[in-house]
Amino acid sequence: MSAFTPIVTEAKPAGARPPKRRRLLRSAGVRFAVLYALVFGVSTVLLAASLRYSTIGLLDRQTHEAIRGDARGLAAHFKTGGLPALVLTLDSRINEDINENAIYLLVDPLGNRVAGNMSRWPTGIATPNAWYQVPVERAGKRSHALMRYYELPGGFQLLVGRDVSTRSQLRRVLRDGLIWALAAMLLLGALGALVIRGLFKRSLADISATSRAIARGDLTQRVRRSGHGDEFDELAETINDMLDRITRLMDGVREVSNSIAHDLRTPITRARARLEDAASHARTEDELRSAVDRATSELDGVVKVFQALLRIAEIEAGARRSAFASINLTPVLEDLAEFFDAVAEERHITIDTAWPPDLPMTGDRDMIQQAIANLLENAIKFSPPDHHVSISARMDAQQIEIHIADQGPGIPEADRPRATERFYRGEQARSTPGTGLGLALVAAIAHLHGGVLRLEDNRPGLRAVLVLPRRALNPEATLRIKLWAQTMRKTEIAPPAPE
Amino acid sequence: MRILIVEDDKDVAGFVVKGLREAGHTVEHADNGRDGLFMAASENFDAIILDRMLPGGIDGLRLLETLRAQDNATPVMFLSALGQVDDRVKGLKAGGDDYLTKPFAFAELLARVEAMSRRGKGEGPTTRLNVGDLEMDLLSRGVKRAGQKVDLQPREFRLLEYLMRHAGQVVTRTMLLEGVWDYHFDPQTNVIDVHISRLRQKIDKPFDAPLLHTVRNAGYMLRVEEP
Repeated sequence: MSAFTPIVTEAKPAGARPPKRRRLLRSAGVRFAVLYALVFGVSTVLLAASLRYSTIGLLDRQTHEAIRGDARGLAAHFKTGGLPALVLTLDSRINEDINENAIYLLVDPLGNRVAGNMSRWPTGIATPNAWYQVPVERAGKRSHALMRYYELPGGFQLLVGRDVSTRSQLRRVLRDGLIWALAAMLLLGALGALVIRGLFKRSLADISATSRAIARGDLTQRVRRSGHGDEFDELAETINDMLDRITRLMDGVREVSNSIAHDLRTPITRARARLEDAASHARTEDELRSAVDRATSELDGVVKVFQALLRIAEIEAGARRSAFASINLTPVLEDLAEFFDAVAEERHITIDTAWPPDLPMTGDRDMIQQAIANLLENAIKFSPPDHHVSISARMDAQQIEIHIADQGPGIPEADRPRATERFYRGEQARSTPGTGLGLALVAAIAHLHGGVLRLEDNRPGLRAVLVLPRRALNPEATLRIKLWAQTMRKTEIAPPAPE
Repeated sequence: MRILIVEDDKDVAGFVVKGLREAGHTVEHADNGRDGLFMAASENFDAIILDRMLPGGIDGLRLLETLRAQDNATPVMFLSALGQVDDRVKGLKAGGDDYLTKPFAFAELLARVEAMSRRGKGEGPTTRLNVGDLEMDLLSRGVKRAGQKVDLQPREFRLLEYLMRHAGQVVTRTMLLEGVWDYHFDPQTNVIDVHISRLRQKIDKPFDAPLLHTVRNAGYMLRVEEP
């Protein structure tokens, strides 16, 4: 296995690794963790903002409303009862204020205090009907107040306000809480990120270890499944399936190369021996010529095996699906039966035929022809003289079955599964000419069409059943037709000629 | 015939050149695509044998496409190691008249080149074919030899027609398989020989001089024997 491992040379010098910060960002685990922390942080900030808006904002709006209402009420009193009524109302309001946070000040045109619970006009308040937030000193205590002043007829000025020191306290509490929450969030986010990164690393570590082992050439390694049935398990399963398939393909390749080595070595050895023998021992030109002729025909046999192998490989790769078209199998069968009837007759073999007048299906005519020809030639080759070979076909909505049966030695049941492998040759076949690739080719063609080749006992003899689906249900062909239809519409080119 | 072979492998080219000269043809050889294209475009040839993978920047397909773009209709046969069905289709689509896969038998190459260049001359539609005293009427689908009617099955008729159209030329088994039956596989049995011998029974057996001859190691030829 290790012989397959390619030697990888590091192109970059060892010192040219990226700086640590860049490498850290390149880790998918870290990236996911950072993303997680970001989402967590943004949602926390949003939560805090909405909390702030709904508490402090609400309080602010309530205060504004209270001041406006207060001012409206006082203005009404002034209108009806003049200055005395206003002063009376102010005094009673100041007395009734339990929380002691209402602020009033009424001054005359000269700026002298007429009524209210403030000693003097606060500095900085100059424009009427605007909101001011100013520090005030009331009863020896410093605090903040929100206020607004109104101009009354006669040059009087009325200042209405509220002490908002409670609101400031609330704001401080909120801010402190948010800072703590932010700190906790940072901590939790970092922790969460670490956990996520750890999970990633653990889940991926096994996959990457397995991949490394495979890359080294050890195809027996498989990814361990955690058993949670999660996405990582699915990934592991997919990778394992892929590895199984690769292993099977590798086994197939190895088997085929062994067979090739054997089946091609033999005729090449013979040809070589003949040529060498002729070169040193031939006495006449005729001897030499016949040796060369025989060596040439040995080499032709090698070429035949080679071409059959390549064709099987080509078909198995699915490269020929592009040639799929609507075909009728009846004329194909008629022609082939007529074609091979000549050989059969020469060997005193009768070909019996039975098929419906139409066998429409989608497929590659050339390949199906070849498959049926191979089966028919096999049947004729192994059928004893004065016996019958029969070709029949039947069809239902889904598939067409072609039966080709002989009365020859057949294939023992134990050997049948192996009969479609490359280079299989039955006991009876070893003495007859052939490559041992005929049935493998038929099986490959059936497979390409989504069908199957069945080998059954004809009692006596072999019955080969070629099952072909009538509609080739491969997505690739459907896609091709779709693409073709699109090209058609765009450029109006002629449709591809039917086979 | 004047034939150009564009092939970079010296041994293969030498072998083909020698064989074609022995068969009485005049042969020119180019060992890369550029020279090949220059010669093919500037001189007149009856046939071109073209390798697909060529040195010199221009491969066989490009060479042929360039040639066909210049309205040069010289018959071209590809001789290539690329033998998959898709490769053949590509070669024929590019304007090739025939496609022979390496390794090949020289007899096959010779027969195909000769058949191809005759086809290239374009005889026009014919209604009658004659070889010696053998006559074929393509309209009434009747065959006579020395004035006597010969009964043929439809497939035998097509086989004889193919042979008569290539009278005087070697026709290989593969050519018959493709030209008469449109089969592209290699039968394991001698089925073509059996069909030929059946045809012989009908057109040659009852008469003195045989017309359908076997050419050893190559195939068959329909012609009048020189006395």
